[in-house]
Amino acid sequence: MRRTAQVLLFPIGILLILVLTLLVFRLPLVESLKLLASGAFGDKFGWSRTLVKTSPMLITGLGMVIAWKGGIYNIGGEGQYIVGGICGAALAKILVFGGVALPPWLVIPLILMACIIGGMIWAFVAGLLYVKRGVEVVISTILLNFVAIQLLSYLVSGPLQEKKKQVPLTDSLPDGMMLPKLSRQMDLHAGVLIALIVAGIVYLFLFRSNAGYQIRLVGESIRMARANRLNVNRSKLSAIVLSGGLCGMAGGIEYLGMSGQLGTGFSQQWGFLGIPVALLGGLHPLWCILSALLFGALFAGSENLARFTTSGSALVYVIQAITVLTYVSYRAYMDRRPYLEAS
Amino acid sequence: MEFVSLLQYSAPVALASLGEVVVQKSGVIHIGIEGSMLAAAFFGMLACYSTHSPWLGLGAAILAAVVLSLIFGVLAILLAVDQVVVGTATNLLSLGVTGALFRNKFGSTGQLLSIPRIPAFHGFDPILISMIVSIPLIWFLLTKTGWGLAIRACGEYPKGAEAAGFSVLKLRLQAILIGGIYAGLAGAYLSLVIAGSFAENMTAGRGFVAIAMVTFGRWKPQFVFLSALMIGYAESLQYKFQTYGWNVPYQLMIALPYIVALLVLVIVGRGSMAPGALAQAYRKDK
Repeated sequence: MRRTAQVLLFPIGILLILVLTLLVFRLPLVESLKLLASGAFGDKFGWSRTLVKTSPMLITGLGMVIAWKGGIYNIGGEGQYIVGGICGAALAKILVFGGVALPPWLVIPLILMACIIGGMIWAFVAGLLYVKRGVEVVISTILLNFVAIQLLSYLVSGPLQEKKKQVPLTDSLPDGMMLPKLSRQMDLHAGVLIALIVAGIVYLFLFRSNAGYQIRLVGESIRMARANRLNVNRSKLSAIVLSGGLCGMAGGIEYLGMSGQLGTGFSQQWGFLGIPVALLGGLHPLWCILSALLFGALFAGSENLARFTTSGSALVYVIQAITVLTYVSYRAYMDRRPYLEAS
Repeated sequence: MEFVSLLQYSAPVALASLGEVVVQKSGVIHIGIEGSMLAAAFFGMLACYSTHSPWLGLGAAILAAVVLSLIFGVLAILLAVDQVVVGTATNLLSLGVTGALFRNKFGSTGQLLSIPRIPAFHGFDPILISMIVSIPLIWFLLTKTGWGLAIRACGEYPKGAEAAGFSVLKLRLQAILIGGIYAGLAGAYLSLVIAGSFAENMTAGRGFVAIAMVTFGRWKPQFVFLSALMIGYAESLQYKFQTYGWNVPYQLMIALPYIVALLVLVIVGRGSMAPGALAQAYRKDK
């Protein structure tokens, strides 16, 4: 009974936060809600928009789950996502635009692989600094985000710039070299499927594999892990590198599925927004699918609100932040109530 | 370079990190300092824009930062939610609220926005002066007063502080309040003194750099201030490097403060100076 009540509490709470946010920003309530809903789920185009926005957030969210479960606060999803995209675009410059004639079924996975490796490298830097020098991951990953943004800005107007050298963008991938789409009119691409599969894999890895168990144990209690002679540093390092790999992969999915090219606005905070996805998903890979879908729907729906307000995505950040704050404080409150009642 | 202008470049990071010293000494790591600065910069600008008084702007800036810091305090201290989680979420909240209000009121660029700035005398404005006064003041508070001793006890060994009759929760909230005031001054400095305007996410990670400088400055106000000066110098280079004739991409110069912050953390490492209970929530019932 109590369990059902808790599950019901979620949608009610989220709806309440949504309504309050709309009211605070003085938007017409009923009409805004209608527009949000139709923008996100109204027709097949709405669903397509929602799913396409869900997938990069889901993958970075899964990356955050692995790192945070492993007791390492990766806040650098943004940087890892960007460096992933950079590595993918760099490989594309050789394979697609460099005159090497390779079939798409080979090129696309290779580019995606490059993205994953790029994210891994960027995360490895932070992990190594933590293990070797004790630099707090929270700070180092955030600082590396800003470095990655500038690196991207330099590369798209320098070495990776498109052939005509006019605008700060990389060359645009031909359609044949991008992830397959369901139909020509919609953005819906195979990356959505990949994201779902990755969620399943991350679940199996964390809860059904030895390596995943070690990562969780280290995150739960370093003392216990040491008592069992686990190599704590190695476990944390692998957690953040895997996390970075997923964030890089998210960059790759966006590059190969949606944008087809890199510009300074390549990342719409997708890397950073993995954190609210992971937190609201209770750091569980399968619940993250729902939380990513929720935020994806909000982003897709908020495009429809442009008629009333120019705030757009910023409004979604507000809803995300309040949802996460409410959720974590609810959890903390429930967690300590037995103690309070006992005393 | 003139010393005054070096101080001006350093001021946002210096002010934020001076406040963060007090917060971290009490055993709390306030990642949300970035969001508090951003809220201060925005609401300072908004109040100044509406009332044409930079002084009311300054008040609004401090108020905004304090409110956001107290939200952090209530969740992270009273409810004992993980400090990094709450800090990250309040940052996102601030980014969202300031972004949404700014776009609503001034359009997505707000390029014509210009507000009266806080008056200065030979480059010295009241915020800058308060920054200089704060260095010995915070040093004195932390090392020479009973309150400072209690704060440090909260950061080293909260159970001990509690046993000595202090309320750890109350002291940590007081520290966060002070941190909030300084984050407010730092944010106000950006919008009301340097820019005379506002741009989305204009703090650009200075709050995080400030946290790095607290570590590099070994939690001592005087050293933390010197570290902030170094960042200020690195930041000033992005406006000067071309006149020096350096042929490097400008993006490298923008990234320089972050790279410097990262490098100094690598150099000092973890060390043994950090407060013993840093980032650990304190719960009476556990």
